[in-house]
Amino acid sequence: MRHLLDTDTLAREDAIRILDTAGQMAATQEREMRKLPTLRGRTVVNLFFEDSTRTRISFEAAAKRLSADVINFSAKGSSLSKGESLKDTALTLQAMGADAVVVRHWASGAAHRLAHSGWMHGHVLNAGDGTHQHPTQALLDAFTMRRHLVGGGKDPAATGKALEGLTFAIVGDILHSRVAGSNIPLLRTLGANVVVVAPPTLLPYGMAQRSDIAVHHTLDEAIEAHDLDGIMMLRVQRERMTGGGSGFFPSPEEYTRLFGLDGERLRRMPDHAIILHPGPMNRGLEISAEAADHPRSVIVEQVSNGVAVRMAALYLLLAGEEAPE
Amino acid sequence: MNGRAQNRAYVIEGVSLYGDTAADLVLIDGVISSLSAADAPAEAQRIDAAGLVALPGLVDLHTHLREPGREDAETIETGSRSAARGGFTAVHAMANTTPTADTAGVVEQVWSRGREVGLVDVFPVGAVTVGLNGTQLSEMGAMANSRAQVRVFSDDGKCVHDALLMRRALEYVKTFGGVVAQHAQDPRLTEGSQMNEGLVSAELGLAGWPSVAEESIIARDVLLAGHVGSRVHICHVSTAGSVEIIRWAKSKGIDVTTEVMPHHLLLTDESARGYDARFKVNPPLRTQADVDAVRAGLADGTIDIVATDHAPHPDEDKDCEWGAAAMGMIGLETALGIVQRTMVDSGALSWRDVARVMSETPARIGRDDDHGRPLEVGEPANVTLVDPQAAWTVEPSATASRSNNSPFGGIELPGRAVATFLRGAATYLDDRFEGVPA
Amino acid sequence: MTGTVLGAPDMTRALTRIAHEILERNEGHESLVILGIPTRGVPLAHRLATRIADVEPGFDADANCGALDITMYRDDLHRQPTRAIGETTLPDAGIDGATIVLVDDVFHTGRTIRAALDAIKDLGRPRAVQLAVLVDRGHRELPIRADFVGKNLPTAKTERVDVHLEEIDGVDEVLISGTGSKGATSQDSSSPSPVSEAGA
Repeated sequence: MRHLLDTDTLAREDAIRILDTAGQMAATQEREMRKLPTLRGRTVVNLFFEDSTRTRISFEAAAKRLSADVINFSAKGSSLSKGESLKDTALTLQAMGADAVVVRHWASGAAHRLAHSGWMHGHVLNAGDGTHQHPTQALLDAFTMRRHLVGGGKDPAATGKALEGLTFAIVGDILHSRVAGSNIPLLRTLGANVVVVAPPTLLPYGMAQRSDIAVHHTLDEAIEAHDLDGIMMLRVQRERMTGGGSGFFPSPEEYTRLFGLDGERLRRMPDHAIILHPGPMNRGLEISAEAADHPRSVIVEQVSNGVAVRMAALYLLLAGEEAPE
Repeated sequence: MNGRAQNRAYVIEGVSLYGDTAADLVLIDGVISSLSAADAPAEAQRIDAAGLVALPGLVDLHTHLREPGREDAETIETGSRSAARGGFTAVHAMANTTPTADTAGVVEQVWSRGREVGLVDVFPVGAVTVGLNGTQLSEMGAMANSRAQVRVFSDDGKCVHDALLMRRALEYVKTFGGVVAQHAQDPRLTEGSQMNEGLVSAELGLAGWPSVAEESIIARDVLLAGHVGSRVHICHVSTAGSVEIIRWAKSKGIDVTTEVMPHHLLLTDESARGYDARFKVNPPLRTQADVDAVRAGLADGTIDIVATDHAPHPDEDKDCEWGAAAMGMIGLETALGIVQRTMVDSGALSWRDVARVMSETPARIGRDDDHGRPLEVGEPANVTLVDPQAAWTVEPSATASRSNNSPFGGIELPGRAVATFLRGAATYLDDRFEGVPA
Repeated sequence: MTGTVLGAPDMTRALTRIAHEILERNEGHESLVILGIPTRGVPLAHRLATRIADVEPGFDADANCGALDITMYRDDLHRQPTRAIGETTLPDAGIDGATIVLVDDVFHTGRTIRAALDAIKDLGRPRAVQLAVLVDRGHRELPIRADFVGKNLPTAKTERVDVHLEEIDGVDEVLISGTGSKGATSQDSSSPSPVSEAGA
């Protein structure tokens, strides 16, 4: 693997290798001494064109626990005020000797551009590009699902396995969500069934016609129609959703009524089903406190698994010999 | 080649007029003086044109020359040179310059600078609304009556989306036989749009530019044109639905003309997959079904002409994230080759049809009286020689344009213009005519 | 030299001898932990633990045997294609104060053991660390020596030593292959074996 840009082009064996490696990384994180010398002397740059403290901290922790040097580069700039160009930033990073760049950017395709434009030679990890993808989030979700639903709570029991035959619902703003953008292809690659639940206004073009995805327009309908092994609630961006005469749904209250996960809906799902959320949550909007804090909720665990998965990705990209480009 | 090209006599021997009639062309004093080399004066420069096709000089109804304001991207001089190399003898320079071409002063400046350069006739397009703001009609009458004699008005780059304002513009230009060229794009349906709305945009996470945003404006505007009895021209038709609507409008007798761009004849939204912003254009590259439909529309006459939408941008506006990149691509030098590849070599158009869609009809729409004329004795000597066998691979940096944002790099085209004559003067001569002074 | 240098009976004898030597050296099995280095050190560690338990029934072979993956401590990661990370399993009681016997199949440059010592340091503080290897082929690059050796095997650097084990490969044998140049086979004098060579 040279870059980790999206999950569309991630081969099944590579995905499983990342999950297996993450299992070993997770094991090291239960020790007293959690730091490994593996990436000593390597430089990882966190290049964030968009604020995301959670994702940045997760990548930073992952890199530091592998003893890499970490440089945080917060390049402010939006689609409105361009600021420093991606190209100039890339040239700077190249000059500083970055071995890997973790990039978060408001523009879809920015990580792809960074990897393939010839501006720099380092490995590129996509930490979220526009409304496109966020592959490490999907991998940490898959890792969490696999641990609980395949390994019975233990990673070693799941080693080498995929998510064959399991059924997961993804609920909310599929249209703008890079989390959904990465999760849907990865879950399909790993053999899981994907159920998408969203108002028609928040579905990407053509998704309703896809034969490999089940689409429902209310959460009740989806819970009724499928034996869900897990349910992933996406964050609803309140402002974007209902503002300015072009809202995607009429009101937060109506959204909660049709798409919110509460204890009552949870009880209608199979007993073993787990609850995921990429965070940060809007309690009371897409998820009730009862569901968020339920014993079957793995939302907090997703955070620690995020570090293990990112350690695995950094290890697999950076530890081996430089493959020819 | 700076300054007005000098007139001299040329005799073009053994050429095929329109690809179907063998003749010679004798060009003297700006006109075609004879179709027989025997009539050529001794001092005439001889051009061996065996295997070449002669067409009336090509006319581009849709060109961005960027001057005044963005001379870093293109100037009237570099754009004229690129046009001449592409076989054009006239271009219509769009109004979205800085300042906007919305006054007689600006259009006269563009027109006279074009005359000064002298490589193509530069016909300025006037803005429909002041500053392209879509709120107040510009002084179209003043522009029409200026030395530039503006007949085509367009807010291209922006849609005249206010229906009442569009109605007024359509009515108003009747005064001087003008035409409104509409950039059909519903602004609300395309807020933040980056590429064609479809399966590819969904996969790439790029905001979609739906076909309906183009088609709904076209439907409205043909109905308006029919209602007020005006002619209307639709810029860069890109969707199958648009072709259908225009076919219907024409069947109802509505005076609508339309253009298609070479890139919409050749490329699809699949090109966006690498996030290479050279493929970012407005309206966006569509699906293969749309490409097939616009080709069919051009073949059956529903689409009247091919125009380039030549849109130069400096490197920094393309060598960046897709979302930050400018829309548009250069196209003057590749247009003819793409039309040959997509339409002529497939048998959908003859060279006589190419003369119609790339010269005669655009000249008629733009009211360019000296252009798009028949290749006959006594007619203005605006002539393009095409070598249909001169296959070449597009090398963007080899262009005469100041910008090299071509999406066609590496693509092989079957033929190209090898000589261009404006009023009897050679404005471009290929290497093969070494020894023949331009 | 090419061919089988240890067969199944030789291997059995060598491991049995090492098991006795471990007990002798440590005066019993008190706080003994046997850790195999993946891949083939792990089944060897299990065999040793089982033999120790045969001799001293008070030793719980399953509870005091584990695996120590050293991939993330290697100093040559950047010179090789990316390696898969193996599993590390330790006794529930941990390794603090334990006497660890590291087990590997082939003892060569010493770099693997160096990495293993680093890995152990991050896992706890054992009382002592000892090293048992099935084959010592010489060519040490670090000042590290083995405490228990199944067989000393002089080799050329260009030669290849392959250990096959029943649990992984379906057969017990040690093979040597490749071209040996006599000049290069001289045993590295810095690695004298602390124990007598395996009877063969």
